[in-house]
Amino acid sequence: MREHAEAIQPPRTLWVPFPLGRPLGVPNDPAFQRRVVISALRLLERPSGPVLEDFPEDVPPIAEDESQEGMACPISFAPDMAKATLAEKVAAEISQLRAWHDLSVKNRGRTATGVAGAALEDLVGFIAAWAGGKPRTNFRDDILPIDALRLACDELKTFYSEAVLAQPGTHSIESIQDWFWGQTAAGKLLFDLHAATLKSSDKLEKFFADNNLVPRRIRHTIGKKEN
Amino acid sequence: MVRLADLPEWERDHMLNKIPNLPRFGINAWVAGRPLAKRRVAIVTTAGLHLRGDRPFGQGDARSAYRVIPGNASAADIVMSQFSTNFDRSGFQQDLNIAFPIDRLRELAGDGIIGSVADFHYSFMGAGSPVNRMEPKAREVAGLLKKDKVDAVLLTPV
Repeated sequence: MREHAEAIQPPRTLWVPFPLGRPLGVPNDPAFQRRVVISALRLLERPSGPVLEDFPEDVPPIAEDESQEGMACPISFAPDMAKATLAEKVAAEISQLRAWHDLSVKNRGRTATGVAGAALEDLVGFIAAWAGGKPRTNFRDDILPIDALRLACDELKTFYSEAVLAQPGTHSIESIQDWFWGQTAAGKLLFDLHAATLKSSDKLEKFFADNNLVPRRIRHTIGKKEN
Repeated sequence: MVRLADLPEWERDHMLNKIPNLPRFGINAWVAGRPLAKRRVAIVTTAGLHLRGDRPFGQGDARSAYRVIPGNASAADIVMSQFSTNFDRSGFQQDLNIAFPIDRLRELAGDGIIGSVADFHYSFMGAGSPVNRMEPKAREVAGLLKKDKVDAVLLTPV
């Protein structure tokens, strides 16, 4: 935030008008990123300061028709899934998205999944047990259960996001979030977890529910219908 | 960073409410330093990045710990365990450089625009307040950067 830099007054700041999470502006656009890095590093050559300069370019907008095309399709379930539990529906979604995720890994040569350290299907079971107040086994013993829960949820979000990014169309930040939270069983499961942890008397669990699970934008939009 | 006017009211209020608790840099000394073409540059990010085999960021770190990212780490080995859910991660999923522009620094070094790229880079988990509780670890990292002969740091917040 420019207003934060104005308050802190670090010696040299390049303010950039990009979405939070994207300080270099545009993924896979080396020329754009290079202009950002050079603009920041050139501030080192200023004779006096503090310097707070604005980067002159905005991120190129996604055309509305492209954005609409980029809205991922809802995942359809076989008729025999009608009575399945939410966790079973998430497992079915994962199975259907697996081919897209495999393609994502192949195209990019990397994945941001694999941080939690357990198979995604096991993580879903862990989240569902926590959401339902049932006994659960921590899947790793070197971190606190609440950290394991956060990593499990992030793993789920990352898998879905990477899978949908491999699908045709241009995917905006908002369209990926709206699809995950509004149209998937995984989003519904995390809303259930949110409702359960929000009521917790455990300080860390409550903090997690308040801050680290559902994005504020979603809580103010889709979340108002869910909760 | 982001433009305040682009945010909905509740997000704007959240961001503005942080201002009274932000530390003030409070140092007026100005260091000019060498020309950019001779500088050795490191990245310090608050994106909560680390190597795949490292322990993820967690409560046990007292939230002020950092992770070391060797300059020769491959993009496939760098992952994220930030606490915050309120910034976009799809950019990072598509391109590591969106928050950790190591390829851009290598190119700039190759083109002679900067002198060289540091052997080691550092990542903090930036969500959490008050931010000044990070100061002891930030000073520790500054000492390590000096030992690596670094004289320019690109800070990339998310």
